[in-house]
Amino acid sequence: MKNIFTYISMLCSFLIIAQQTPASKQTQDIAIMGATAHIGDGSIIENSLIIIKDGKISSVVDGKVVKMDLTGFKVIDANGKHVYPGFIIPNSTLGLTEIDAVKASDDEAELGTWNPHIRSLIAYNAESKVVESMRPNGVLLGQITPRGGRVSGTSSIVQFDAWNWEDAAIKVDDGIHINWPSSFSRGRWWLGEDPALKANDKYAEQVTELSNYMTNSKAYNKGDKSKINLPFESMNGLFNGAKKLFVHVDDEKGIIDAVNFSKENDIKNMVIVGGREAYKVTDVLKENNIPVLLMRVHSRPNSDDDDYDLPYKAAKLLVEKGVLVALEASGDMERMNSRNLPFYAGTTVAHGLTKEQALQLITLNPAKILGIDDNYGSLSQGKSATLFISDGDALDMRTNIITHAFIDGRDVSLETHQTELWKRYSEKYKNQ
Amino acid sequence: MTKKLVLFIALLFSIVINAQDYFPKNDGVHTNTSNYTAITNAKIYVTPTQIIEKGTLLIKEGKVVASGTSVEIPKNSIVIDIDGKSIYPSFIDLYSDFGVEKPKRPSSRSRTAQYDASRTGYYWNDHVMPENKAIEKFNYDSKSATELLKAGFGVVNTHIQDGIVRGTGTLVALNNENGNEYRILDQNSGQYLSFSKSVTSGQAYPSSIMGSMALLRQMYLDADWYAKGQVKTKDLSLEALNKNKSLVQFFDAGSRANIIRADKVGDAYNIQYVMLGGGDEYERINDIKATNSKLILPINFPDAYDVENAFLVSTVSLSDMRAWNQKPSNPKILADNNITFAFTTHDLKSPKEFKSNILKAIEAGLSKEKALEALTTIPAQLIGKSDLIGSLKNGSLANFLITSGDIFEEKTTLYENWVQGAKTVIEDMTKKNISGDYEFTLSGEVYKMSIKGEMSKPKLEITTNEKTLGSKIAYDEDWVNISMTTIDSTKQEFIRIVAHVDAKNNLKGKVILPNGNESSFYATSENKSEAETEANAEKKEDDTLNEVLPITYPNMAYGFTELPKAETILFKNATVWTNEKEGVLENTDVLIKNGKIAKIGQNLSDSSATIIDATGKHVTAGIIDEHSHIATASVNEGGQNSSAEVSIEDVLDDSDINVYRNLAGGVTSIQVLHGSANPIGGRSAIIKLKWGESANNLVYNNSPKFIKFALGENVKQTRAQSNVRFPQSRMGVEQVYMDYFTRAKEYDALKKSGKPYRKDIELDVLSEILNKERFISCHSYVQSEINMLMKVTEKFDFNVNTFTHILEGYKVADKMAANGIGGSTFSDWWAYKYEVNDAIPYNAAIMHNAGVTVAINSDDAEMSRRLNQEAAKSVKYGGISEEEAWKFVTLNPAKLLHIDNRVGSLKVGKDADVVLWTDHPLSIYAKAEKTIIEGVTYFDLKRDEMMREAIQKEKSELINMMLQAKNKGLKTQPIKKKENELLHCDSIDHEF
Repeated sequence: MKNIFTYISMLCSFLIIAQQTPASKQTQDIAIMGATAHIGDGSIIENSLIIIKDGKISSVVDGKVVKMDLTGFKVIDANGKHVYPGFIIPNSTLGLTEIDAVKASDDEAELGTWNPHIRSLIAYNAESKVVESMRPNGVLLGQITPRGGRVSGTSSIVQFDAWNWEDAAIKVDDGIHINWPSSFSRGRWWLGEDPALKANDKYAEQVTELSNYMTNSKAYNKGDKSKINLPFESMNGLFNGAKKLFVHVDDEKGIIDAVNFSKENDIKNMVIVGGREAYKVTDVLKENNIPVLLMRVHSRPNSDDDDYDLPYKAAKLLVEKGVLVALEASGDMERMNSRNLPFYAGTTVAHGLTKEQALQLITLNPAKILGIDDNYGSLSQGKSATLFISDGDALDMRTNIITHAFIDGRDVSLETHQTELWKRYSEKYKNQ
Repeated sequence: MTKKLVLFIALLFSIVINAQDYFPKNDGVHTNTSNYTAITNAKIYVTPTQIIEKGTLLIKEGKVVASGTSVEIPKNSIVIDIDGKSIYPSFIDLYSDFGVEKPKRPSSRSRTAQYDASRTGYYWNDHVMPENKAIEKFNYDSKSATELLKAGFGVVNTHIQDGIVRGTGTLVALNNENGNEYRILDQNSGQYLSFSKSVTSGQAYPSSIMGSMALLRQMYLDADWYAKGQVKTKDLSLEALNKNKSLVQFFDAGSRANIIRADKVGDAYNIQYVMLGGGDEYERINDIKATNSKLILPINFPDAYDVENAFLVSTVSLSDMRAWNQKPSNPKILADNNITFAFTTHDLKSPKEFKSNILKAIEAGLSKEKALEALTTIPAQLIGKSDLIGSLKNGSLANFLITSGDIFEEKTTLYENWVQGAKTVIEDMTKKNISGDYEFTLSGEVYKMSIKGEMSKPKLEITTNEKTLGSKIAYDEDWVNISMTTIDSTKQEFIRIVAHVDAKNNLKGKVILPNGNESSFYATSENKSEAETEANAEKKEDDTLNEVLPITYPNMAYGFTELPKAETILFKNATVWTNEKEGVLENTDVLIKNGKIAKIGQNLSDSSATIIDATGKHVTAGIIDEHSHIATASVNEGGQNSSAEVSIEDVLDDSDINVYRNLAGGVTSIQVLHGSANPIGGRSAIIKLKWGESANNLVYNNSPKFIKFALGENVKQTRAQSNVRFPQSRMGVEQVYMDYFTRAKEYDALKKSGKPYRKDIELDVLSEILNKERFISCHSYVQSEINMLMKVTEKFDFNVNTFTHILEGYKVADKMAANGIGGSTFSDWWAYKYEVNDAIPYNAAIMHNAGVTVAINSDDAEMSRRLNQEAAKSVKYGGISEEEAWKFVTLNPAKLLHIDNRVGSLKVGKDADVVLWTDHPLSIYAKAEKTIIEGVTYFDLKRDEMMREAIQKEKSELINMMLQAKNKGLKTQPIKKKENELLHCDSIDHEF
C-alpha cells in the first residue's frame, strides 16, 4: 500500500514540476539599441532605439537620428539583431490540456451543446510546461479557448509568464465561440449506413436551433431576469459589444450563412475561425468587415484536387483582397505545435506575402481581432512592452534564436523543462 | 391473367421431365415421355460466333439434340415456329450467392478483442473455412431465380460469401419446374477466397489486407506440410483445402489493386485465381494483363453525381467524377487487351439493372460478340463446363433465350428463358405488336391514338382537336381495354373501350360512354414506324454525350497522361549542397544524364542537355524520409503481438495524392513503415516517389530489408478498449522479444540442419534479423525500453539498426553510439502522450554530438511536405551547422536505410535524385521548384500550374456532362465527399 502511495506521489511530482519562476515587475528602465525593429504594422525601423519604462514602450525611434542620455538604463546592445512584438496565438487550448493522451490532464471541453457560460480562464494552467515552451520562440500571448458543443464557451486572453490565471489574464471573457453546423455529416455505420461523408440533411435545422438560441438569449437579457439563466446571462456581451462572437466554420456556404446569421442577430463583432474556404468569399468578408483567424498554415489541402500549397497561400489570398487575417493553430497536437506560429507566418512568405505582412498575421492583426490592440500587437509608443529580441529573422527556424523576451516590461525566462534537460544531458556526455 | 397462363404453360411443360425414373411413384403411373421439342424458323446463336439463320433447334429431355438449317424433325416433336426470332444460350453468373444466405454478424459480440480461434479441429484462424460447402446451406429460391431468369440467366455458381477462405461453390441451373436433382450441376464447383474476414468470428487477426495476404501464404504452406503427413493432429480445414486444390479458385479481389495483390499471393504457390474485378482495371491495364488473370466483372457503373448544388459539387474529387465517365469503357479496354472476362450481377442492386449496364458497356465500345462470350462461353470455360453450358452445341443443356432480335439492343424483347428444357415466359411472344398510330371517330369527333412501348406495358396517348386526353390502356390476349376522359375536362367522366386485335392489328370492339350507352368501335392502324424513328433520334443524341476522358497515371488529379521520361539536364550556376567532403559549392553546375549524376563542376556543358539556369537557386540531393506512412493501403496488422509475416510492399498504393505533395516538398525516397500496434511489426517498403508508376515499380531494386519494431504505450495498448493481449507493460514487451527470438533461433538451426521443418514465414523473417540480413527500425520513446532492446539484441548477437522517434535518445545517446545504432527522430514533437513528456527538440543535436547518425523523420503526411524546415529546426535547437542539419534529411536517412550507395548526396555516379530549390533549402522561404528522381522530373512548379488549370477545366466539363445526363432523365447519386485521412503509426485499417 505504501508502495502505491510512493508511486502516485512520484508520478504527481513528475507531472507538476513547476515552470520557470515568473519574472518580477520592471524596476529599471531598459534601452534596446541597434536592432531592426519590426513594428508589426508592416513597417520596420533599422538601427532602432527602443525605450521601455514601467512596463510600457516609451519610445521606438531611429537610433541614428535620435540620441538619448541612457544613464541609469539597462542597455541591451542588439546591433544586427531583430526586435518583434510578442507573437499572439488566438483560438488556443494552451494550459487547458497538458498531455493530449492523458485524460486526467485534459480540461478543454465540457459536456453539453449550449455552454456560453463555460469560462476557459479559470482552468488555464499558468504553470504548464507546454506554455513555457512558447516563450523561447517568441509566442508570448494567447487567447485560451474552450472546445466542443455548438456553443463551446467563453475565451480569455492571457500572457505566458504568470504565477496563476489571475495574473496571466490580460482580457477576461473576450468572446464566445460557436461551432457552426457542418455542411457534411457521416453515415452512422453502426446502423448499417454508408460511413462516407454526405450532405448534412440536418443543417437547416441546426442553424435554426442556433438562431432560436440567439433570439432567446436576447429576449432574456432585455427582460427582468426574474429567474437567472446562467448561459443566457453570459450571452449578453454579444449584443452590447462587450464580447465578440467567434464562429468556427470552414466551408464557403457555412461562412456566408454565418455572416448573415450574425447580421440578423445584431451581433456587434463577429470573427470567422478556421475559414478553410474563406478565400472563396473574400467579397462577403470585406463588405461586412469580418476578420478571419485562419486555420493552421501547415496543413494538408482538403481535397486531392486542391493546389498542394493552398493552405500555405490561403493567407495571401485573403490579405490581397483586404481581409483582416491572423493565424491560428488548432488541430492535431495544437498546443505543442503553437510554438511554430512564427514559422506558419514564415511559410506564407514563400507563398506570396512580404515578411512584414506575414509578421502582421501574428502580431497586430490578432491584437486587433481580439480587441487588445490598444496595448499589444505592435512596437508602438505607449503600448505594453511585450516584445522579444532575436538574433535573426524570427519567422525562419534557423534564425529564430531568442535572447530576451519581455512581457509588460518584465524580462521573462527563456528556460524551459526542455532546455534544462538539454543542458543536463549535454553536460552528462561532456563529463564522460 | 397473364401470370396464370404462364404458370399453366410452364406446368404443362414440366411434365416432360419429371422425377428420376428409379423413384417409386404412388400417385399414378410412370409417365416418362421422350417427346422432342423443335423450335423452327430461328436465328440461333449456337455460340457467339457460330450463328445459324432460319434454323431449327431440336431439344429433348432438357438437352440440345441438334441445331441447324436442315435438322430432321422427328415425328414425336412439338414444333414451335418462332417466325425469325433469335435464340441465344442462357447466361451464366459465376459469382453468386443464390439460395445461400449470407452469414450474419452475431448480434451479441463481446467488446473484448478475441485473439484465439473459436473452433477446434480446424485451422487456427476462424476466417479460413475451406471446409464450408455452399451445397450444405443451399435452399433453392424460386423468387430470386425468376428475377435472374428475367435478366437472361440460366445457370449460377453460388457460394457462401463470407470469410477469407469460403469453401466450395455449387453450380445450379435456374430450373423453377424441377427439383434439385435436376438443378444441381456440380456441388463442388470451384473454391472461393477473399481478403475479407468472416462476420461470424471476432478473431482479430488479420486486421489488414497485408495480414490477409500473409495468412493465405502461411495457410498454403501449412496445407502442404499437412499433406506430407507431418502434422500429428487433425485439421479439417487443411484437409478440405488440399481436397479443393484441383478446383477452380475464385478470388474476390474487388479492385485492380487487390487483383495484383491476390495474384502475387497465388503466384508463389502456382495458383492462378479467377478474380472478381472491381471495374477499375482500365486504370492499370498493363499490370492487370501481366497477372494473366481471368476476371469476373461486376457490371455496376456509377451514376452521375447530382451536381446542381454548386457548394456541394466543389467537394467531389476529379477521380470520382472520372469514374462515372470512364468506368463503362472498362470492359472494352479489357477486351482490347485480350483479357478474358465474364460478367456477373454481383454488386447490382437488382438483376433488373443488368441489361441497361451491359448496354452502357456496349455503347462504350464493347463488341456484342465479346459481351455475349462474357455471359456464355467464357463463364462456361472458367468453371470447366463448356460441354454442358454456355452454348447450344449438341449435348448441351437446353438453356436458351428467345428474343425478338439482337439481345443487346434496347428495344429487343426477351420472350422466354428455357433452362434444362423448362421454359419461363417473360413476355408473351404470340402477342401482336399493336404499337403505332390509330384514328377513330366517336360522336362525330376524330380522335388520334398512339400506342408505344413494350407490349406487356404499352403506353397510350389520345388526342382530339390537339387536346390530349387522360387515358389508360391494358393489353392482354389480343384484347385491349382503354379508358379515357371526355373532352369536357371539368367533368370526371370516362369513356371505356374494349376491342379485339385482328390479324392486321386493327382494333375492333365497342365503346361504352359515361352515360352507359354503347356503340361500336373500330380503329385502324396507320403507320408504325414513327415511334421507332423517334427512338433512334434519341439514341443519336446520347452518343454525343459519351466522350470518354483520357486516363492518367495515377487516374486522378495531377496524374500524368503520359509518364515523364528521364532527361539529360544541366543545372548552371547553382549553389550545390553535395553532402560530400566538397561541402556546399557556390556557382557550380550539375549534369544529370541516364538517370545518374554525371558531373559536378564549373563551366560544364553537354550538347544533349536541357539547360536550367539555377543562378540564385540551390541544388541538393532529394529528401529521404525514414519514417512515413503514405502510399500504403494499410499501416498496422495489430491482430497479433507479432506480425513479422506481413509486408508493406504488399499493399503499396500508387494513387495516394500525398506522394505528389511530398514531391512538391522535395522528397524523393521514403521508408513506408508498418505501424506501432505490436512489438514486432511488419516489413517495410523502401520506395522512390515515382508518381505515376505502378505500386510495384516504386520499390527499390534489391531493396535493403527492414522491419518495424515498436516499444511503449502503443504496443502495450495503453488506449485500447480491452486489455487481453500480451504485453500490457514494458516488462512484457521484453519477454515478447525473448520468446520470438528464442524460437527463431531454434527454427533457424533446424532449417540449417537440413532436416524437414514446417516453413513459418514469421520465423523466417525473424531468422533474417538474427542472420543480420534484415534490419530493425524500432519505434521507441523512453530510455528504459531503448536500453532494454539493446540488451535483448545483444543476447542474440545483433544490433538494432535504427531507433525511430527515439524521443529520449538523448538520454542514451552514448549507448546508441557505442552500438552503432542510428536515431531517426521528430524535430520538435512532444506532449501528445505521457511517454513524450521528456521529449525535447534538442534530441537530434545531442544524439548527433554524441556520434549517433541522426535523421529527422515525419511519420506524418503533412510534415513530410516540409522536412527541410524540420531539419532547419536543429539549427535553432542545439546549434547544429546548416550543412549537418541538411544531412539529417538526406544523407543520414540514406545511411540508416542502407541506400547511401545510391542516394543521399550529390556525387558522380549516384542516382540523379535531385531537387532544385528557389532559395536556401533550410530556409522557411524555400520552395522546391523541380523534384527529379533518376533523371525524371516528377514535380515541376510550372507544370503544376498547368495541371491546376487542366483539373479545373476537366471538372467543369464533367459537371456539364452530368447536368446533361440529369436532364436526360438518367439516374443521379447524391454527393459524397472523399475522405482525406492522415495515417500515423497508430492508424488501424477500417473494416475491410
